[in-house]
Amino acid sequence: MTATSFDAPPSSSALSLAGVTCTFADKADPSRRYTAVRDVTLAVGAGEFVSVVGPTGCGKSTLLNVAAGLLAPSSGTVAVFGTPLAGINRRAGYMFQTESLMPWRTALQNVAAGLEFRGSAGADEQAQEWLKRVGLGAFADRYPHQLSGGMRKRVSLAQTLVLDPDIILMDEPFSALDVQTRQLMENEVLAIWAEKKKAVLFITHDLDEAIAMSDRVVCLSAGPASHPIGEFAIDLARPRDVAEVRATPRFVELHQAIWSVLREEVLAGYRQQLAA
Amino acid sequence: MKYLRLWQAGLLVAVFVVWHLLTTPGLLPNFMFENDRQAAFFFGEPVKIFGRIWTWFVVNADIYQHLWVTLLETALAFAIGTLLGLGFGLWLALSPMAGAIADPYIKALNSMPRVILAPIFAVWFGLGVASKVALGVTLVFFIVFFNVYQGVKEVSPVVLASARMLGASQRQLLRHVYLPSATSWVFSSLHTSVGLAFVGAVVGEYLGSSRGVGYLILQAEGAFDINTVMAGILVLTAFALALDAGVGRIERRLMRWQPAAGETEKI
Repeated sequence: MTATSFDAPPSSSALSLAGVTCTFADKADPSRRYTAVRDVTLAVGAGEFVSVVGPTGCGKSTLLNVAAGLLAPSSGTVAVFGTPLAGINRRAGYMFQTESLMPWRTALQNVAAGLEFRGSAGADEQAQEWLKRVGLGAFADRYPHQLSGGMRKRVSLAQTLVLDPDIILMDEPFSALDVQTRQLMENEVLAIWAEKKKAVLFITHDLDEAIAMSDRVVCLSAGPASHPIGEFAIDLARPRDVAEVRATPRFVELHQAIWSVLREEVLAGYRQQLAA
Repeated sequence: MKYLRLWQAGLLVAVFVVWHLLTTPGLLPNFMFENDRQAAFFFGEPVKIFGRIWTWFVVNADIYQHLWVTLLETALAFAIGTLLGLGFGLWLALSPMAGAIADPYIKALNSMPRVILAPIFAVWFGLGVASKVALGVTLVFFIVFFNVYQGVKEVSPVVLASARMLGASQRQLLRHVYLPSATSWVFSSLHTSVGLAFVGAVVGEYLGSSRGVGYLILQAEGAFDINTVMAGILVLTAFALALDAGVGRIERRLMRWQPAAGETEKI
């Protein structure tokens, strides 16, 4: 269970980032540059659940935006099922950290939006089915502001999954939720994932969450210019209950091993923020 | 507040009573004017004003065509101004180049006192409905334009990214993200823009026309008939209030998705 070496991503990967570097230039002063991530190579196999953990401000979201095609990397390449990515990643669904629902659409209309954009027939029926699946069948005609934070996350989940994407990108999707709701949502996501076996790239700063949910955990160094510093296979048996699995000895072992790698980086990140 | 409406109505009645007492010749001893007819000449007499309104609406029933013309001008100015503002706002906000080029011109046109254009519009479009609509459009356009511009700029980047990830094309982004966001800003300025369309219509009529409530006021003023002028003003005020109430109704229907503070209901 040592950190494995970073081999070139196999061509069978659902998603592979190779040598991705993202440098942002200050608009007002182009000479001031900030490199969020440097030389990141990362692959997610088809049906694999991979989590990326790292200290705050280490460019985790930047990586996800690159994988989504929302952000073009300064250098490096992104391949989706072996095909180089240009523009938006059409095979991926993205669950954002912050509110992403369209406030002028009801829950149902929000879930149906993607199908509507793609011109699929029967958008409303499928959307209704997914709303039921995330436990919001009775809330179809509510507007986002009439739903609680947890409910809105469920709608986002349904909105992403109704399109049946081959790759699911999640950016700390549950970080704004309370612990109980969060565990419920995590279990729901795991159940849906187990059924559909999609490739998942899950970003979080919560190591417990990462271990409880993933097949593999990748640690990023503190920013700027963060890069992977460790990769751990999580060999806990599935199906897992995110609350129960935390009590198993193997979980504690894995947690200690990963934390020993991560701790220095978290402290480094904290020191940098203090110094800034 | 209990009896709020009652108090409000009472205040209105009180204003008219005081007005009546102060202006009716011979009712009170003179303290401002030498002649007891002068107060009535300058300020009008409420009884005669209401008589005038009664004649307009019931006896002769000849104000409806004028009201209709004013309403038509207001509605056209509002509709055309809103559509133009929406179109230009979306265009200039979404294409940074065009926006940057047009910026100083928009600012210059907006800071120009638009009423000054009325004589030009009268020359271009004649004394009919068109010149009033043109004046109203110049007033409404900028309100809507700036709100749409703001609305587009303030679209949440996350919502935008989300819509793109859901597969929205540029056109669909415009239709399903930018437009709803922009219209929410337009609706928030609906009261102002309808009000300004109305101002444009009345001012246009007042400066030269052959029909409309503004025309009635202009005619009466020419004859020093202060009672008719006041009656016209009262009719316009009531009309504007009704228009505003109508707008409020439409707004509540269309903006159902926007959060309102305190939505709980007492059982």
